[in-house]
Amino acid sequence: MAFSIKGIHIPHRKNTAGMSAVRMLVPSMVTIPMAMHIGKPAKPIVKVGDSVSVGTMIAEQDGMISSPVYSSVSGTVKGIADIVISNGRRVSAITIESDGEMTPDDTIKAPQINSKEDFIEAVKMSGIVGLGGAGFPTYVKFATDKKIDTLVINGAECEPYITSDSVTMVDRADEILFAIETADKYFNFEKVIIGIEKNKTAAITSMKNIAAKYKKIEVKVLPSVYPQGGEKVLIYNTTGRVVAAGKLPADVGCIVCNSSTMANIARYIKTGMPLVEKIITVDGGAVKEPKNVIAPIGTSLADVFDFCGGFVSEPMKVLYGGPMMGIAVPELSVPVLKQTNAILALNEKETRTAKTTACIRCGKCTNSCPFGINPAAIAKAYKDKDAEMLEKLGADVCMLCGCCSYICPAKRPLAETNSLAKNLLMEERAKKKEVKA
Amino acid sequence: MENKLHVSFSPHIRSNNSTMRTMLDVVIALVPATVAAVILFGLSALLVIAVCVISAVAGEALFNLAIKKEQTVGDLSAVVTGLILALNLPANIPLWQAAVGSLFAIIIVKGIFGGLGKNIVNPAIAARVFMLIAFGSMTKAVFPNGLDSVSGATPLADLANDKSVNLMDLFLGKCGGALGETCAVALLIGGIYLIVRKVITWHIPVAFIGTTFLFTFAVEGGNLETTLAWVLSGGLMLGAIFMATDYVTSPSTAKGKLIFGIGAGVITVLIRFWGGYPEGVSFAILLMNIVNPFIDAKTSRKVFGGKK
Ligand code: SF4
Ligand code: SF4
Repeated sequence: MAFSIKGIHIPHRKNTAGMSAVRMLVPSMVTIPMAMHIGKPAKPIVKVGDSVSVGTMIAEQDGMISSPVYSSVSGTVKGIADIVISNGRRVSAITIESDGEMTPDDTIKAPQINSKEDFIEAVKMSGIVGLGGAGFPTYVKFATDKKIDTLVINGAECEPYITSDSVTMVDRADEILFAIETADKYFNFEKVIIGIEKNKTAAITSMKNIAAKYKKIEVKVLPSVYPQGGEKVLIYNTTGRVVAAGKLPADVGCIVCNSSTMANIARYIKTGMPLVEKIITVDGGAVKEPKNVIAPIGTSLADVFDFCGGFVSEPMKVLYGGPMMGIAVPELSVPVLKQTNAILALNEKETRTAKTTACIRCGKCTNSCPFGINPAAIAKAYKDKDAEMLEKLGADVCMLCGCCSYICPAKRPLAETNSLAKNLLMEERAKKKEVKA
Repeated sequence: MENKLHVSFSPHIRSNNSTMRTMLDVVIALVPATVAAVILFGLSALLVIAVCVISAVAGEALFNLAIKKEQTVGDLSAVVTGLILALNLPANIPLWQAAVGSLFAIIIVKGIFGGLGKNIVNPAIAARVFMLIAFGSMTKAVFPNGLDSVSGATPLADLANDKSVNLMDLFLGKCGGALGETCAVALLIGGIYLIVRKVITWHIPVAFIGTTFLFTFAVEGGNLETTLAWVLSGGLMLGAIFMATDYVTSPSTAKGKLIFGIGAGVITVLIRFWGGYPEGVSFAILLMNIVNPFIDAKTSRKVFGGKK
């Protein structure tokens, strides 16, 4: 029987829809973390006092899963020190004082690509990582030995407020097409499917235009249901394939890439300019002038908000990413990261929620979970530290999309508990393996 | 930077529903039935309702104080329990009995099991059944103002004795019975409100009432009039819409709800025709409450891409 993926209707609040991205003023200082991806942090290759240009490599990839880091401004390296980013995580970061010139590094040139390996190497050297908190290095997805027949381009953009992907699909359609063509040359996909929620009409038109130019491309218009852009959700809704628990898209023959990731890959392949800036949506009730902004990586959120006219009211919460899955940051001094697609400053009203009460067993959490998980039962099993039960309930399948927490009338922190439960389950699994070994 | 930003786990926005709003919706949905009760039965109805609600709320407040638990009366769930119980009682019930029933529901059925969401059976149902056993049958109910009450029996008793009843009277509530169970139209309005507000889904009420209808129709040998009379009376509407749909004691998924509703319908008819008690509805819901954990476990959603 076909699985029916559920989800929820949430307010869209796409205040910046249709606003082309504007380049912000050059910040006087950027702070670029070495760990904007999962895996090993990059290794700094510059020292204090070095002068750098836009696109100069400042840290190299270290280990199998890692990603190089480039300067996003021209200027002088001022320091290499630990900073605290989200969740109190400390990471090493390079601070560069900008000379205001934005001079590109003159050694930069387009890479030579003649094989699949060259393509993967190029994606690796571009420094591009996936969206979302984790920041999975994009080349790793391409460097698979599994048989891949479908490239799925994620243009769902299901989170409220965020429009940076849609804007990219409209403004950078040619680059997206170029990246698809290049990848297809070496992967020979059967199909390239671009999945877009149906309310993003401008993006749909733009992508249909490129589909008309390249016959493998198919634009799939999807219902506006959160979380349409969840990787497994998108794969199921575009190809009908089920990525089982603990499996990856490659296991069902798919590579999933974000639309802006594709545009950035194209830029690197065409010009050799690595990932040094991002189109980000700046929005939220506390922001004076919501905008789509092109911001150098490493710019402090404070500078970006300033560029958008500052705040109209005290921000209660400032987020990397959307309100459903974004990460709350402790202070405005944290930098724009490679995987940042939006920064939001939410006001009191937007973050308001009723008081937490006991679970009233309404079943709304499980009925709205895209994957049919029962978070209320997971919460109970987690409280009892019952790993076996967590296994049975499929706690590891949870993608932390937050539908359950959103919908819960008792305002239980279900997604949060799920994340703890997942950790517990992983620990117990590791222990079991040890015992067996 | 001394910026004090609030940091917490995602999601950072929440739906604007709440436990209290949900309970408030149930109260609102019960307004038509409550108003109908007061119109039909007069001041005594108002008194019974007031006594039940007040003792439920006071009982919960005092119980929380006694066991040093955080005060929960603000979530309005005690109001709902008190009100539903009241609508299940006849207008002439001694007020002390109403109070005892209400306290039984709140303290014994809900409080001792751990409060909101932890009870095994629906508090109002359990209290009604308890009162039936402790204080005697309520089939000898009072009649609405101005109606001739020669037999002193409810339509159910009449039906059981093969007496005819007027369907329109049943629909509008001009018949004997508990306060809130007589006026079917008021209960239906409340039910539609709950479905529109997404507080409940249609599954349990439709399956429950539908099954009762079909089964009764068969038992009655295809007599539509008596079948309708059975369906419109005896607390079926009140039970199916407001009590069988209690979140805590009914299944979560659509499939589970349908099974629950069908089961309740079958048991209702069995008890009504072969069980001696005309009030099959309360017993049916109570029994289904008890098997609910089993139904719920068997009908839970399958996890996407998970193991069997
Ligand atoms: S949505 Fe909240 S109240 Fe309802 S069952 Fe899930 S945890 Fe309980
Ligand atoms: S956070 Fe997990 S359990 Fe909750 S709705 Fe999303 S996938 Fe389901």
